[in-house]
Amino acid sequence: MRHGVGRFVTGFLVLPVGLYLFYVVWPFLQAAGYSLTDWGGYSDRQQFVGLENYLRLFTDELIRKAFWHNVFFLVTVPLCTIALALFLAFLLNVGGREDKAGIRGVFGSGLYKVIFFFPQVLSLVVIAVMWQQIYRADGQGLVNGVLMKIGLVAEDDPITFMYDPEPFLGVPAVLWWLLLIAVWSGAGFYMVLFSAAMQSIPKDIYEAAILDGAGRFHTFFRITLPLLRDTVSVAWVYLGFIALDMFALVFIMTPSQGGPNHASEIFASVIHFNAFQKGQFGYACAIAVALAIFTILLAAFQLRITRRERIEF
Amino acid sequence: MSTVTHPLAGPDQAPPTGRTPGRRAAAGGGAGARFFNGFSHLFLAVWAIMVVYPLLWVVMSALKTDAEVIRKPLSLFPERLQWDNFVRAWTEGHIGSFFLNTVLVLAGSVFLTMLLGSMAAYVLARYDFPGNRLIYYMFLSGLTLPIYLAAVPLFKGVYNMGVTLPFLGPNKHLMLILVYVAWSLAFTVFFMHSFFRTLPTAIAEAGMVDGASHSRLFFSVMLPMAKPGLISIGIFNVLGQWNQWYLPTLLMQSVAGEPKNQVISQGLIELSVNQGYQSDWSGLFAGVTMAMLPVLIVYIVFQRQVQSGLTAGVGK
Repeated sequence: MRHGVGRFVTGFLVLPVGLYLFYVVWPFLQAAGYSLTDWGGYSDRQQFVGLENYLRLFTDELIRKAFWHNVFFLVTVPLCTIALALFLAFLLNVGGREDKAGIRGVFGSGLYKVIFFFPQVLSLVVIAVMWQQIYRADGQGLVNGVLMKIGLVAEDDPITFMYDPEPFLGVPAVLWWLLLIAVWSGAGFYMVLFSAAMQSIPKDIYEAAILDGAGRFHTFFRITLPLLRDTVSVAWVYLGFIALDMFALVFIMTPSQGGPNHASEIFASVIHFNAFQKGQFGYACAIAVALAIFTILLAAFQLRITRRERIEF
Repeated sequence: MSTVTHPLAGPDQAPPTGRTPGRRAAAGGGAGARFFNGFSHLFLAVWAIMVVYPLLWVVMSALKTDAEVIRKPLSLFPERLQWDNFVRAWTEGHIGSFFLNTVLVLAGSVFLTMLLGSMAAYVLARYDFPGNRLIYYMFLSGLTLPIYLAAVPLFKGVYNMGVTLPFLGPNKHLMLILVYVAWSLAFTVFFMHSFFRTLPTAIAEAGMVDGASHSRLFFSVMLPMAKPGLISIGIFNVLGQWNQWYLPTLLMQSVAGEPKNQVISQGLIELSVNQGYQSDWSGLFAGVTMAMLPVLIVYIVFQRQVQSGLTAGVGK
């Protein structure tokens, strides 16, 4: 019997583990190895250079830029998306009329949920190509076109969107425009998530609160929001990963994949730039390892600060 | 929400009779509530328009002539419906073959991901053997590592593989299927692992007593019991792999003379670059429309499953 179990376990694991080792684990390990060499990527010549690549990270102007841009997205993407999603979920679930059964959701909340979720099922590429057209820097673009029509933007001075490196509040304008897309595409999903969590809160808690004379704002801020803490912190961690992964938008939408003039560089685009345009694979791998360490530390940090006792119901 | 139909509503209106005294809501009953209800609808409607309008604009622009796209970019009503934009994008823009490639790859990769993922998850969740934790954490670690880290060596590995086994080299469907499966395994295993853990052991034991083999037990007892989990993770994988763009961009580049085996997201990037040079805007819009409509339609039909499937993925 024991023998049979061993064969069965091995048989079930060999293919998935094999594939995973070859296509995922092995490349990661190799990358860590290459990061210690000066390999260019195309030649067979590679020399062990120790930690030189890692030391270079600290003096690289581009990395510093990319780092701050990543931090910008890390703060703004979760913050704006969660705030908007919570607000929408709040309106959806608490915005309806009051009657004897308590406070209701707005009329048609099902339809709203279906619509708000649309961007989630579209691929990032579709979203990027679509927004490229919306953000066109002439009257043919959707935003410029509308604003010109109502006279907010002059015909000869359109908003340049992806070509605008001028800082706004200390951050290149192009990053703000990218942030808008990220929020647009993420808000609906997290609204549905929060909405579901709100509905899983038992009704009797609300009934008790209403008997005590609490209104909809009080019930929301004193009961709903604290009980949503778990869901919000999970959303925060996920949005953190999404914020690190803005590469699709940068890659497709910005001029020369990180431009203009490196104004929208993020870690991923710097890796891509060094590996495939400057032909410095070793250095690109070092950046990638640094990014991986950064990600893991961040995840650990987020899990640490969001951990709290669960309230069971 | 006009006040005319509700003559009782005034700014300082006492709660209408019939309400229990405890319900003197702090947010204000009558008018306050009605105002708030109106505000909710207004804001929700504005956001709904912000979501739908760009999508509608893309679809409608796909039905205009190029001249019309330039002359009247904002109008949602084409003068005459130009269906040949779709034909052009489908054939000359290669959207047709990109579509076929994507469907071929997904058919294989989603099936294999589900099969191999649940096999591994089941064994890891239900059997105790040395190395169990190690393998589990190996899968788990793949969730946090950025894909860009692996890009260069992965490309090299696939390239070298192609030298000895051509059907597993760059620009081959089977290679992309295996790569998709490998990269989807981490989350699938993680998700199904926690799912198999929650299934009751009694039924499995009963099956054992009846003399079912381990693998028979898995395929005819445990897998059917895990169906809700399989549906969630299945939807997650279909969408995730359909939307995958980085791996194909890295691995599915056709060298001169080779057939174009690109998938849809990659094809769209190419289309958006090329159409920019040719100024074939309506063709580009048609391409985007064809890439997004099938997913949107599937979503609208199965919206409940898709929503709960995707949100369950995050909730775990």
